[in-house]
Amino acid sequence: MAGIIGYGVHVPHYRIKVEEIARIWNEDPESIKKGLHIKEKSVPSHDEDAATIAVEAARRAVKHAGVKATDIGAIYVGSESHPYAVKPTATIVSQAISAGHNLTAADLEFACKAGTAGMQMLMGMSDSGMIKYGMTIGSDTSQGRPGDALEYTASAGGAAFIIGKEKSESVATILDTVSFTSDTPDFWRREGADFPSHGGRFTGEPAYFRHVTTATKMLLEKTGFKPSDFKYAVFHQPNGKFPIAAAKLLGFSQEQIDDGLLTPIIGNTYSGASLLGLAAVLDKASPGDKVLVTSFGSGAGSDSFAIEVNDIINEKRTRSEKVLDIINNGKLYIDYAMYLKNRKGIRK
Amino acid sequence: MERSSASMWRKLNSRYNLVGTECENCKSLYFPSRIVCKNCGRQTKMRNKTFAGTGEIYSFTKIHVPAEAFREDAPYTVAVIKLDEGPMVEGHIVESGKEVKIGTRVRQVFRKMLVEEDEGLIHYHFKFEPV
Ligand SMILES: [Zn+2]
Repeated sequence: MAGIIGYGVHVPHYRIKVEEIARIWNEDPESIKKGLHIKEKSVPSHDEDAATIAVEAARRAVKHAGVKATDIGAIYVGSESHPYAVKPTATIVSQAISAGHNLTAADLEFACKAGTAGMQMLMGMSDSGMIKYGMTIGSDTSQGRPGDALEYTASAGGAAFIIGKEKSESVATILDTVSFTSDTPDFWRREGADFPSHGGRFTGEPAYFRHVTTATKMLLEKTGFKPSDFKYAVFHQPNGKFPIAAAKLLGFSQEQIDDGLLTPIIGNTYSGASLLGLAAVLDKASPGDKVLVTSFGSGAGSDSFAIEVNDIINEKRTRSEKVLDIINNGKLYIDYAMYLKNRKGIRK
Repeated sequence: MERSSASMWRKLNSRYNLVGTECENCKSLYFPSRIVCKNCGRQTKMRNKTFAGTGEIYSFTKIHVPAEAFREDAPYTVAVIKLDEGPMVEGHIVESGKEVKIGTRVRQVFRKMLVEEDEGLIHYHFKFEPV
């Protein structure tokens, strides 16, 4: 049964606080911090993009997994900020981790859930014996239109997961997965547009909550598990508030979601978000613990997973840096002007 | 305009993964790659060698007046890194909140080096991050 052989993440060093963005638009930082449940967000350096973030996460995943990069038979990179419109990020990753050339690769796009869609594809490919290992990555340097509410949350980061079949090598087994998909116009970006557009309040009820709760309920029904069977739960986190509300609706406690809730300290990393949350949870989890993960991508859809942690997690854990250490080490705070310069909002 | 595809493609291994060469005859290490060993001449037996990407700052300078291609990056720091395996490598230093001085430990990171104008290619390259 397919499982997680290893994982790695990357979050840029730069941070901008809610206060600093609110200062520019003359908004009340306290009500935004409370309303969105977020303190600050990560910002990519001028020389980082979705590809460089994917590569850093992928290199850490290879080290954590302890596999030969040439044994990776498929690489999928999910992002809505691929640096090229045509020229796959996955090819850059495969070269940068020295995976060789005998592999299949492609870029995926499904707003914030392309990384978990890649995970499902790799489960099928590894269970069928088509590949030994596969890598799925969610990586983004997302942008919010200046002055838009999304500007407080749209951030940068990524996570890479290596999937394979051998239970003895898996830090966690993926027990089951289901998806729920519909044509819902909550958030979009047209080809060539610099910033995404969204349906305002419409993004909540019919989009995020409908898909996340339906997919999660479908998974619980299919597996026979109850919310209390899971030690941890990770829900997609476009802000700090939605996942808390979704957990409540579904009967999960705050304690179950706390460790996987990173948006309050790094912002919404889009394709990276639910996978970064899962990585943070796996950093802490013990053998036997069950983890529920439900992603969400606008447009819209959710993938839900039931995962069980295996013994080898303790041994592999010593090989790599913890997600929280990567987030907290070397934070560099910047002001709005430097933020604009990093995002090419002002040019020389 | 002629694109730089061919030269970029040839250099990917060295730019992405610090792949240089090792002379199997005398064990000398080279980055960038050499075809002929400085010690061995015709006895050279070169093979590829991937460097770990860890080392320390041997010397550095801050560039305030950059080449045109890096005009928006200035000021930035360029250093000579002494790799743990021995060879000296020139590289850009990225900010990590750690002090940049002679002897500072660094690790390689993967970054954009250059973005060609007129919808050209994006050039990715190793840089070094103080740890
Ligand atoms: Zn020699």
